[in-house]
Amino acid sequence: MYEGAIQDLIDELGRLPGVGPKSAQRIAFHILSADPADVGRLATALRKVKELVRFCTTCYNVAESEQCRICRDPRRTEESICVVEEPKDVVAIERTGEFRGKYHVLGGAINPLEGIGPDNLRIRELLARLGTGAVKELILATDPNTEGEATATYLALMVKPMGIDVSRLASGLPVGGDLEYADEITLGRAFEGRRAV
Amino acid sequence: MYVRRVELINFRSYERVEVDLDPGPSVLVGRNGVGKTNLVEALGYVATLDSHRVATDVPLVRAGAASAVVRCAIVHDGRELLVELEIVPGRANRARLGRSPVRRPREILGALRMVLFAPEDLELVRGDPDQRRRYLDDLLVARLPRFAGVRADYDRVVKQRNALLRTAYLSRKVGGTRSQDMSTLAVWDTHLARHGAELLAGRLELVAALGPHVAKAYDAVAAGRGAAAIAYAARLGDGLTPDRPALEQALLDRLAERRVAEIERGTTLVGPHRDDLALTLGDLPVKGYASHGESWSVALALRLAAYDLLRADGIEPVLVLDDVFAELDTGRRERLAELVSGSAQLLVTCAVPEDVPAALRGARYDVTPGEVHRAPAA
Ligand SMILES: Nc1ncnc2c1ncn2[C@@H]1O[C@H](COP(=O)(O)OP(=O)(O)O)[C@@H](O)[C@H]1O
Ligand SMILES: [Mg+2]
Ligand SMILES: [Zn+2]
Repeated sequence: MYEGAIQDLIDELGRLPGVGPKSAQRIAFHILSADPADVGRLATALRKVKELVRFCTTCYNVAESEQCRICRDPRRTEESICVVEEPKDVVAIERTGEFRGKYHVLGGAINPLEGIGPDNLRIRELLARLGTGAVKELILATDPNTEGEATATYLALMVKPMGIDVSRLASGLPVGGDLEYADEITLGRAFEGRRAV
Repeated sequence: MYVRRVELINFRSYERVEVDLDPGPSVLVGRNGVGKTNLVEALGYVATLDSHRVATDVPLVRAGAASAVVRCAIVHDGRELLVELEIVPGRANRARLGRSPVRRPREILGALRMVLFAPEDLELVRGDPDQRRRYLDDLLVARLPRFAGVRADYDRVVKQRNALLRTAYLSRKVGGTRSQDMSTLAVWDTHLARHGAELLAGRLELVAALGPHVAKAYDAVAAGRGAAAIAYAARLGDGLTPDRPALEQALLDRLAERRVAEIERGTTLVGPHRDDLALTLGDLPVKGYASHGESWSVALALRLAAYDLLRADGIEPVLVLDDVFAELDTGRRERLAELVSGSAQLLVTCAVPEDVPAALRGARYDVTPGEVHRAPAA
């Protein structure tokens, strides 16, 4: 245990995801010995993120105004909505350049073990967006794990009766890799779940 | 495939030992407690990342040491592959394949294929159904690795579904189920049925393929009375065929039937996680009827059948028979020898070398506490 401020910093850093006690200590002493201007910029960035960043009132992506950049962009179609779990998934899909519609960020996935049901996610808000009649296609891009799949199934059950096209991202082989490097579980399942072309 | 060399550092009773092995049969000789099983347990750990004796890693590390290392040179199709595993209790194990570290130890699975029979396998016959489900699922994964994913998905769905049923049960007790619990239950039903049907179909096909091998192996190693048979005992009922869409529908129907009971009990009552592998001798179930000797022979037959089946698939696993021959009379020893002769590699442990039929004697290793020495050829 250190005294006062340095221990406070170690404790706060240690509460961050992925930062263990050893790393917290290393980061704290790095900050202590760093240039005051650098530390000042870090402190400002921390303060600003809480002051300025909020959640888009339409899609719940991170935003710096009422609506996020994507929702404000008139070139993007209103007809297609891609549903993701977290804002970082929006960034990942944007990098592909494939999608020209809008997003909806659920804020997680259905996970009974953690007490998360549909009411804890932004599902009511999604249904309200779909109710206007402008949306023709819904793409379910939740994570390809048990919880993400369950969330996708739940949304499909709710949305299909509204006459909207619902699709799910294909999962399987990692792209950009050679077939020979895919592990046998992934390759085996992709093979088993093959589709007609 | 065969293990050409194994090195242990701080594994169980061994501070450091290096053993060069040959293909074909070898016998590890030593009195009780000298470390024979420890040696084959180390190989088993490389093959499955699991010990056949203990559920935690702590006992695998030599008392007083912080971690254990098992290093193997495995020859497969004429090529040698080096596998190294460091076992660190309470932390993630570290593994290397060839000269390079792998990201997850799971990546070494498949490098060494092994079927091991040990006295602990009596539990396969006498223990709870989960032992036999594990036997089936491990074999399923050994034949078709994608089932590792199917099994993990299914287990996860059951866990999530149980959590949901538990909250539904609790909120019912304080008056009224939350509507969101019930609406998501239907979702978990479809996933349980989908993964459950896949797992169920896999097990049904496996049991059908395995049955003749079990009968043949039991016939060889048992004292003679009655034929051994296996059957998949599904909660869904008898006469199931490995037709996935039909199984999926049957699971959904049963879930609908059992809905009230599941909410009352707060747990998933339908699905292959509650099935069993039924073992019979003649007309009688093994459990509760068979003698100790018969039960032991059925357990051995299950392992030998797994070995046989993998070989029929073109996989040549290493076979380990730990403390087997002392339990058999001369006739059964010879029949077992015939069954396993021609193994790519067979490791036999025993206290008395004369218990092992001449055909299987091969190289002999003398095991003394902490040491293994190859006996000079006679
Ligand atoms: N973690 C450990 N550290 C030191 N000795 C151990 C450890 N685990 C087991 N042993 C010793 O190994 C011996 C048992 O070895 P084992 O291989 O089971 O014998 P056997 O030759 O009869 O198969 C026992 O004497 C036991 O005390
Ligand atoms: Mg032993
Ligand atoms: Zn937005």
